[in-house]
Amino acid sequence: MLTLGNYLIVSGLLFAIGLGGVLLRRNILVIFMGLELMLNAANLSLVAFARHGATAVGLPDYNAQVLVFFIITVAAAEVAVGLAIIVALYRQRQTAHVEDLNQLKF
Amino acid sequence: MLGSAVAVVLLRNPVNSAMCLVLSFLALAGLYITLDAFFIGIIQVLVYAGAVMVLFLFIIMLLDLKAEARRRLNLAASAGGIAVIGGFALLLVQVVKSLPSAAHPFPALNPDAPSDVVGVGTTLFSHFNLPLQIIGVLLLVSTVGVVVLSRRTLR
Repeated sequence: MLTLGNYLIVSGLLFAIGLGGVLLRRNILVIFMGLELMLNAANLSLVAFARHGATAVGLPDYNAQVLVFFIITVAAAEVAVGLAIIVALYRQRQTAHVEDLNQLKF
Repeated sequence: MLGSAVAVVLLRNPVNSAMCLVLSFLALAGLYITLDAFFIGIIQVLVYAGAVMVLFLFIIMLLDLKAEARRRLNLAASAGGIAVIGGFALLLVQVVKSLPSAAHPFPALNPDAPSDVVGVGTTLFSHFNLPLQIIGVLLLVSTVGVVVLSRRTLR
Protein backbone atom coordinates (compact mmCIF):
# COMPACT_ATOMS: atom_id res chain seq x y z
CA MET A 1 0.00 0.00 0.00
CA LEU A 2 1.41 3.36 -0.99
CA THR A 3 1.71 5.92 1.75
CA LEU A 4 1.99 9.68 1.88
CA GLY A 5 5.76 9.33 2.39
CA ASN A 6 6.22 7.51 -0.94
CA TYR A 7 4.50 10.27 -2.85
CA LEU A 8 6.41 12.98 -0.96
CA ILE A 9 9.74 11.34 -1.77
CA VAL A 10 8.83 11.02 -5.46
CA SER A 11 7.75 14.66 -5.47
CA GLY A 12 10.97 15.78 -3.78
CA LEU A 13 13.12 13.77 -6.18
CA LEU A 14 11.23 15.30 -9.10
CA PHE A 15 11.94 18.74 -7.63
CA ALA A 16 15.62 17.84 -7.22
CA ILE A 17 15.82 16.68 -10.85
CA GLY A 18 14.21 19.92 -12.03
CA LEU A 19 16.61 21.92 -9.88
CA GLY A 20 19.47 19.93 -11.40
CA GLY A 21 18.23 20.81 -14.87
CA VAL A 22 18.17 24.50 -13.95
CA LEU A 23 21.62 24.43 -12.34
CA LEU A 24 23.53 22.15 -14.70
CA ARG A 25 22.15 22.79 -18.16
CA ARG A 26 23.17 25.73 -20.32
CA ASN A 27 20.39 25.68 -22.90
CA ILE A 28 17.75 28.23 -21.94
CA LEU A 29 14.88 26.04 -23.17
CA VAL A 30 16.03 23.06 -21.10
CA ILE A 31 16.32 25.37 -18.08
CA PHE A 32 12.70 26.27 -18.69
CA MET A 33 11.74 22.59 -18.80
CA GLY A 34 13.46 22.17 -15.43
CA LEU A 35 11.26 24.95 -14.05
CA GLU A 36 8.19 23.08 -15.29
CA LEU A 37 9.37 19.92 -13.54
CA MET A 38 9.72 21.81 -10.25
CA LEU A 39 6.19 23.25 -10.54
CA ASN A 40 4.86 19.76 -11.19
CA ALA A 41 6.68 18.41 -8.14
CA ALA A 42 4.88 21.00 -6.00
CA ASN A 43 1.57 19.96 -7.56
CA LEU A 44 2.22 16.29 -6.84
CA SER A 45 2.85 16.92 -3.15
CA LEU A 46 -0.27 19.09 -2.94
CA VAL A 47 -2.42 16.35 -4.45
CA ALA A 48 -0.86 13.77 -2.11
CA PHE A 49 -1.68 15.95 0.89
CA ALA A 50 -5.20 16.46 -0.43
CA ARG A 51 -5.65 12.69 -0.46
CA HIS A 52 -4.01 12.38 2.95
CA GLY A 53 -6.22 15.03 4.55
CA ALA A 54 -9.48 13.39 3.48
CA THR A 55 -12.43 14.58 5.53
CA ALA A 56 -14.58 12.45 7.81
CA VAL A 57 -17.21 11.92 5.11
CA GLY A 58 -14.57 10.38 2.87
CA LEU A 59 -13.93 13.22 0.44
CA PRO A 60 -10.44 14.44 -0.49
CA ASP A 61 -9.51 17.98 0.51
CA TYR A 62 -10.76 19.92 -2.52
CA ASN A 63 -9.11 23.18 -1.43
CA ALA A 64 -5.71 21.70 -2.29
CA GLN A 65 -6.94 20.49 -5.66
CA VAL A 66 -8.26 23.95 -6.44
CA LEU A 67 -4.84 25.34 -5.52
CA VAL A 68 -3.27 22.85 -7.95
CA PHE A 69 -5.69 24.06 -10.62
CA PHE A 70 -4.56 27.65 -9.99
CA ILE A 71 -0.90 26.62 -10.11
CA ILE A 72 -1.41 24.89 -13.46
CA THR A 73 -3.09 28.02 -14.82
CA VAL A 74 -0.32 30.33 -13.64
CA ALA A 75 2.29 27.90 -15.01
CA ALA A 76 0.63 27.95 -18.41
CA ALA A 77 0.67 31.77 -18.45
CA GLU A 78 4.29 31.74 -17.29
CA VAL A 79 5.30 29.34 -20.08
CA ALA A 80 3.65 31.53 -22.71
CA VAL A 81 5.35 34.72 -21.49
CA GLY A 82 8.71 33.03 -20.91
CA LEU A 83 8.81 31.46 -24.35
CA ALA A 84 7.90 34.81 -25.92
CA ILE A 85 10.82 36.39 -24.05
CA ILE A 86 13.11 33.59 -25.26
CA VAL A 87 12.03 34.16 -28.85
CA ALA A 88 12.63 37.91 -28.53
CA LEU A 89 16.05 37.20 -27.02
CA TYR A 90 16.90 34.78 -29.81
CA ARG A 91 16.00 37.38 -32.43
CA GLN A 92 18.40 39.83 -30.82
CA ARG A 93 21.31 37.48 -30.12
CA GLN A 94 20.87 34.35 -32.29
CA THR A 95 21.72 32.13 -29.33
CA ALA A 96 19.91 30.02 -26.75
CA HIS A 97 22.99 29.42 -24.66
CA VAL A 98 23.03 31.22 -21.31
CA GLU A 99 26.79 31.73 -21.23
CA ASP A 100 26.56 33.83 -24.39
CA LEU A 101 24.11 36.17 -22.63
CA ASN A 102 26.51 38.11 -20.46
CA GLN A 103 25.57 41.69 -21.27
CA LEU A 104 24.50 42.42 -17.69
CA LYS A 105 27.53 40.73 -16.16
CA PHE A 106 29.76 43.06 -14.17
CA MET B 1 8.42 8.94 -14.44
CA LEU B 2 11.60 9.82 -12.60
CA GLY B 3 13.62 8.08 -15.33
CA SER B 4 12.13 10.22 -18.08
CA ALA B 5 12.61 13.30 -15.87
CA VAL B 6 16.31 12.43 -15.56
CA ALA B 7 16.42 12.00 -19.34
CA VAL B 8 15.02 15.54 -19.75
CA VAL B 9 18.02 16.89 -17.89
CA LEU B 10 20.68 14.62 -19.39
CA LEU B 11 19.79 14.43 -23.08
CA ARG B 12 21.73 16.78 -25.29
CA ASN B 13 19.15 17.46 -27.97
CA PRO B 14 16.29 19.76 -26.84
CA VAL B 15 13.74 17.86 -28.97
CA ASN B 16 14.54 14.61 -27.14
CA SER B 17 14.32 16.49 -23.84
CA ALA B 18 10.87 17.78 -24.75
CA MET B 19 9.66 14.30 -25.71
CA CYS B 20 10.86 12.87 -22.41
CA LEU B 21 9.11 15.76 -20.65
CA VAL B 22 5.83 14.71 -22.31
CA LEU B 23 6.38 11.16 -21.05
CA SER B 24 7.09 12.47 -17.56
CA PHE B 25 3.94 14.61 -17.53
CA LEU B 26 1.79 11.69 -18.69
CA ALA B 27 3.21 9.48 -15.95
CA LEU B 28 2.55 12.25 -13.45
CA ALA B 29 -1.09 12.36 -14.62
CA GLY B 30 -1.21 8.64 -13.87
CA LEU B 31 0.05 9.33 -10.35
CA TYR B 32 -2.69 11.94 -9.86
CA ILE B 33 -5.26 9.35 -10.90
CA THR B 34 -3.89 6.84 -8.39
CA LEU B 35 -4.44 9.59 -5.80
CA ASP B 36 -8.15 9.77 -6.83
CA ALA B 37 -7.68 13.24 -8.31
CA PHE B 38 -9.24 12.48 -11.70
CA PHE B 39 -10.00 16.09 -12.60
CA ILE B 40 -6.42 17.22 -11.92
CA GLY B 41 -5.10 14.24 -13.89
CA ILE B 42 -7.16 15.12 -16.95
CA ILE B 43 -6.20 18.80 -16.65
CA GLN B 44 -2.56 17.75 -16.44
CA VAL B 45 -2.83 15.80 -19.69
CA LEU B 46 -4.74 18.58 -21.46
CA VAL B 47 -2.75 21.60 -20.29
CA TYR B 48 0.78 20.26 -19.79
CA ALA B 49 1.11 17.30 -22.14
CA GLY B 50 -1.08 19.09 -24.68
CA ALA B 51 -0.81 22.85 -24.74
CA VAL B 52 2.48 23.56 -22.98
CA MET B 53 4.44 20.87 -24.80
CA VAL B 54 3.07 21.93 -28.19
CA LEU B 55 4.28 25.43 -27.34
CA PHE B 56 7.72 24.09 -26.38
CA LEU B 57 8.08 22.01 -29.57
CA PHE B 58 6.85 24.93 -31.66
CA ILE B 59 9.47 27.22 -30.16
CA ILE B 60 12.20 24.59 -30.63
CA MET B 61 11.20 24.37 -34.28
CA LEU B 62 11.06 28.14 -34.62
CA LEU B 63 14.52 28.63 -33.13
CA ASP B 64 15.88 25.68 -35.15
CA LEU B 65 18.02 24.48 -32.25
CA LYS B 66 20.67 21.90 -32.94
CA ALA B 67 22.00 19.47 -30.37
CA GLU B 68 24.12 21.33 -27.91
CA ALA B 69 27.78 21.36 -28.89
CA ARG B 70 30.01 19.68 -26.38
CA ARG B 71 31.42 22.68 -24.58
CA ARG B 72 33.98 22.57 -21.86
CA LEU B 73 32.01 22.19 -18.63
CA ASN B 74 32.73 24.51 -15.79
CA LEU B 75 33.76 21.67 -13.49
CA ALA B 76 33.62 23.57 -10.19
CA ALA B 77 30.15 24.93 -10.96
CA SER B 78 28.82 21.51 -11.98
CA ALA B 79 30.23 19.89 -8.85
CA GLY B 80 28.62 22.63 -6.76
CA GLY B 81 25.28 22.08 -8.50
CA ILE B 82 25.41 18.33 -7.94
CA ALA B 83 26.35 18.90 -4.28
CA VAL B 84 23.35 21.21 -3.81
CA ILE B 85 20.98 18.68 -5.40
CA GLY B 86 22.39 15.76 -3.41
CA GLY B 87 22.16 17.71 -0.16
CA PHE B 88 18.59 18.67 -0.92
CA ALA B 89 17.57 15.09 -1.71
CA LEU B 90 19.23 13.76 1.46
CA LEU B 91 17.58 16.40 3.63
CA LEU B 92 14.24 15.64 2.04
CA VAL B 93 14.48 11.90 2.74
CA GLN B 94 15.40 12.67 6.35
CA VAL B 95 12.42 15.01 6.79
CA VAL B 96 9.94 12.58 5.22
CA LYS B 97 11.28 9.72 7.36
CA SER B 98 10.89 11.78 10.53
CA LEU B 99 7.32 12.76 9.66
CA PRO B 100 5.06 10.55 11.81
CA SER B 101 2.02 10.67 9.54
CA ALA B 102 4.01 9.83 6.41
CA ALA B 103 3.98 6.09 7.10
CA HIS B 104 0.21 5.79 7.52
CA PRO B 105 -1.80 4.55 4.55
CA PHE B 106 -4.31 6.99 3.11
CA PRO B 107 -7.76 7.14 4.73
CA ALA B 108 -10.51 5.37 2.83
CA LEU B 109 -12.67 7.40 0.50
CA ASN B 110 -16.45 7.27 0.38
CA PRO B 111 -17.29 5.12 -2.68
CA ASP B 112 -20.73 6.77 -3.10
CA ALA B 113 -19.29 10.29 -3.22
CA PRO B 114 -20.06 12.40 -6.30
CA SER B 115 -17.25 12.60 -8.83
CA ASP B 116 -14.43 14.95 -7.94
CA VAL B 117 -15.27 17.28 -10.83
CA VAL B 118 -18.36 18.19 -8.79
CA GLY B 119 -16.26 18.76 -5.66
CA VAL B 120 -13.56 20.81 -7.34
CA GLY B 121 -16.12 22.84 -9.29
CA THR B 122 -18.22 23.59 -6.22
CA THR B 123 -15.19 24.66 -4.21
CA LEU B 124 -13.84 26.71 -7.11
CA PHE B 125 -17.03 28.65 -7.71
CA SER B 126 -18.10 29.11 -4.09
CA HIS B 127 -15.04 29.61 -1.89
CA PHE B 128 -12.55 30.68 -4.55
CA ASN B 129 -14.68 32.80 -6.84
CA LEU B 130 -12.58 35.96 -6.57
CA PRO B 131 -9.23 34.15 -7.15
CA LEU B 132 -10.81 32.47 -10.18
CA GLN B 133 -11.66 35.84 -11.68
CA ILE B 134 -8.21 37.20 -10.87
CA ILE B 135 -6.70 34.18 -12.66
CA GLY B 136 -8.86 35.03 -15.67
CA VAL B 137 -7.51 38.56 -15.70
CA LEU B 138 -3.97 37.17 -15.35
CA LEU B 139 -4.47 35.00 -18.42
CA LEU B 140 -5.77 37.99 -20.38
CA VAL B 141 -2.80 40.11 -19.30
CA SER B 142 -0.31 37.39 -20.23
CA THR B 143 -1.95 36.96 -23.64
CA VAL B 144 -1.66 40.68 -24.32
CA GLY B 145 1.91 40.64 -23.01
CA VAL B 146 2.91 37.80 -25.33
CA VAL B 147 1.41 39.62 -28.32
CA VAL B 148 3.34 42.79 -27.43
CA LEU B 149 6.56 40.84 -26.84
CA SER B 150 6.46 38.98 -30.11
CA ARG B 151 6.02 42.04 -32.29
CA ARG B 152 8.73 42.44 -34.86
CA THR B 153 10.10 45.71 -33.46
CA LEU B 154 10.01 46.45 -29.77
CA ARG B 155 9.64 50.13 -28.98
